[in-house]
Amino acid sequence: MIPLSWYLLVAAALFCIGLYGILARRNAVAMLMAVELALNAVNINLVAFWRYGNPSQPVGVAWAIFVLTVAAAEAAVGLALIISIYRQRDSVIAEELDILKY
Amino acid sequence: MELLELLTWLIPVGPLAAFAVILLLTAKNRTLSFILAWAGIFIALVLSWIVSFNVFGDFLADGHAVAEEPVRVHSSVAWLPIGDYYGDPQGSAFAAAGDEAHGAEAGDHGAEEEGHHGEEAGHAVVPDETKSGTWFRMGVAVDPLTAVMLFMVPFAVFMIFIYSVGYHNFGAQPGKFLGIPNHGMEEPMFSRFFALMSLFGGAMLTLVVADNLLLLFVGWEIMGFCSYALIGFWYARDYDSPKRLSPRRAAVKAFMTTRIADVIMLLGIVFFYRTFGTLNFSAAFTPESFQNAIQATAFGAVGLGLMAMMLFSGAVGKSAQFPLHVWLPDAMEGPTPVSAVIHAAAMVSAGVYLLLRIFPLIAVALEAAPGFGWTIAFIGAFTALMSATIAVAQYDVKGVLAYSTISQLGFMVAAIGVGAYIAAAFHLITHAFFKALLFLCSGSVIHGMEHGAEHVHDHHSDPQDMRLMGGLKDKMPITFWAFLIGGMALSGFPIVTAGFWSKDEIFADAWYNFLEGSPVGLFVFIMLALSAFLTAFYTTRQLALTFAGKPRSPLAEHAHESNSYMTTPLVLLSIFAVAAGWFGIPDNFLGTDGIFYNYFHHFVGATLEESFHVLYELHLIPHEIFTLPFMIVPLVTSLVVALGGIYLGWVMYARKPLEEGQPDPMIGILTPALHNFLHNKWYWDELYQAVFVRPAVFFSEVIAYELVDRTLIDGILHLVARTIFGVGGYVRRFELAVFNDGIDWVKDRFLDLSREFRTFQSGKIQEYALLSVLIAFVFTAFIMLVNAGILNGILN
Repeated sequence: MIPLSWYLLVAAALFCIGLYGILARRNAVAMLMAVELALNAVNINLVAFWRYGNPSQPVGVAWAIFVLTVAAAEAAVGLALIISIYRQRDSVIAEELDILKY
Repeated sequence: MELLELLTWLIPVGPLAAFAVILLLTAKNRTLSFILAWAGIFIALVLSWIVSFNVFGDFLADGHAVAEEPVRVHSSVAWLPIGDYYGDPQGSAFAAAGDEAHGAEAGDHGAEEEGHHGEEAGHAVVPDETKSGTWFRMGVAVDPLTAVMLFMVPFAVFMIFIYSVGYHNFGAQPGKFLGIPNHGMEEPMFSRFFALMSLFGGAMLTLVVADNLLLLFVGWEIMGFCSYALIGFWYARDYDSPKRLSPRRAAVKAFMTTRIADVIMLLGIVFFYRTFGTLNFSAAFTPESFQNAIQATAFGAVGLGLMAMMLFSGAVGKSAQFPLHVWLPDAMEGPTPVSAVIHAAAMVSAGVYLLLRIFPLIAVALEAAPGFGWTIAFIGAFTALMSATIAVAQYDVKGVLAYSTISQLGFMVAAIGVGAYIAAAFHLITHAFFKALLFLCSGSVIHGMEHGAEHVHDHHSDPQDMRLMGGLKDKMPITFWAFLIGGMALSGFPIVTAGFWSKDEIFADAWYNFLEGSPVGLFVFIMLALSAFLTAFYTTRQLALTFAGKPRSPLAEHAHESNSYMTTPLVLLSIFAVAAGWFGIPDNFLGTDGIFYNYFHHFVGATLEESFHVLYELHLIPHEIFTLPFMIVPLVTSLVVALGGIYLGWVMYARKPLEEGQPDPMIGILTPALHNFLHNKWYWDELYQAVFVRPAVFFSEVIAYELVDRTLIDGILHLVARTIFGVGGYVRRFELAVFNDGIDWVKDRFLDLSREFRTFQSGKIQEYALLSVLIAFVFTAFIMLVNAGILNGILN
């Protein structure tokens, strides 16, 4: 059986890729996709800990499903915002959306 | 309150109310204004005559009763609560504190009384009628002297009021120029004139009915103000000649000159109150009060004499006696009715009235030391003669009358100086009538001359200059006859006129005084005889210059009689100028017995008869009130001087009247130098200018203004200002450095700091995210380190 740490390493890698995407990508849609990656990394962790922890109780799976739901809702709201912003300013570049600065 | 008391209170109210109403309400309506003024003085006249004739009726019914109780009407109200030194319920001095009344003790006593009154003050809000000693009482009193004044004053003033309406051309086209005479046109300040004249009349009546010196002084000072306002009535008038005083300067001169006297008089009033403990005449002038007062002053009776002299000073100023006579001739700058009211009915009469009012005090002074009698007699007699000589060389028709007024007042004052109380009062009354008449006549002449000046468009000739008159007899017949009557009364034309009887009585008194061994009497007699001679002479000269011969200028050529507003009072006053004397024909005239009865003498004498009897017994005064024996010397003298003066005047001026351009024959007789000396009024004005005015101006300009004000006071003030300014400079610098710059520095640093910090707030979402991640990393790392126990040593 593959040891737990492998899963965790994959999940950590995936989270880092997501975090890097959030911080480094200029396109807001791409940032949203990176957020999804980070969320999925969390899901991997949840499922992996469930499988290696106490598989008789489906707590981890249930939680993962919650996270998926939340991610979907977040994607829906986030995309709607991005479309709205795009309509206003003809751009989805995050750097340029800085009207809330000092 | 008895009816007569009420009426007496109301006497001054009419004119005073007219003054207020005209000033506040009806000033725009000239007709209403003068009718109000007439109504005010007419009411006063009616009330005065009711009171006056009542008192005279009392006298006719029972002369002894009047002599025993001379104050026939007396009413007073508790006016002012005062810390009275003597605290006596009757208000008469020393009745309670008589035996301890010496200067030092009076002070102690006063302190003691003060404490006593202090307690009372808490609840005694309502005047306590039983304790008049703690209240200053204001009131009115009528005794025979007041009664004769009440007979004369309102009548003369009423006549002048009637006359003024015509004098100011009521009903003519309204004049346009304020503050100068509008010849032939209606005076623009018509209402104001009547308001002030009403105030004047009201003040004089207040003075006459006053029962105490303070109320008398109030009326006195109101008249001072009114004379100022009325002499300067034509305030915008200026003359080309610098020698002639403009009305506004004349007003200031009159006010200032009388003010000098009034200050001394006020001090005298204070002295009076301090000594007698009351200002009420009848309370002060009782024999007991005199005895106590003599003990109270430091110098005894001489102290009272000094007090009399202080009050006399007030009369010297008001009645224009030497050396304070200089204001009166310049007071001619006012409109002629003003001159009449000042010189006849009010003002100057007030001075003599004051002397008559305080005559008991003066009598005590005369007895105390001969110097007092000499002073009063000398001032009066010298004034009489001096101004008579000046009047001889005057050309101004009003100027002659002005000096004759001063001269006649000198007669009265000299009479008082020899103790001739009744003669002075008699001359005061008769003089008031004929002098009012003469002034109104001269105003009528001037009015006619001004009409002539308007007619020929001559605005340079002086319509008051007698050299330009002549021949007015036919043009102004009523004025001529009135002037003649007044002039003869002034000259003392024998038997008929009032002036003869009153002057004769003064002569008789002076002569009798001499016969009793007093040189003052002879001095006064000679001086007054000379004055009377000159008076008759210059009056005839004035009459001749004005009315006789042919007109000497186009002004006189076109003069005409004045309107009936002006001539009616002349006729009425003429009657009094003659008839007033008939009430004072001596009992024993020409040695007769029982034919004549000297009503005036006995009536006015009753005022002081009883108290003088007691005072004489106590050797406090030189004479009782007595009836003079018939003496031939004064009678002959007064006949000779009157007829001689008139004859000389007739010879010089009337027999061969002056032609146009002919100089005054007087210049030839007197020599030009002496004539100039007299014409320029003995150079008193120049002397006073040099001795008093210039030094005063010098003092005020150089010492008071330059040295004291500019140098000393301003210097101190500037020093203080500079010091404070210097200190302020340092404070300012400190304040700028610390509070301004320091606080600004702190503010700037905060600003800089916030500029640095605000870059965190970039608005870029990814920077926030990065920061969150970093912080999360740091915290995570921290927690991990804590959990690992690595930081234990540091945190604890």
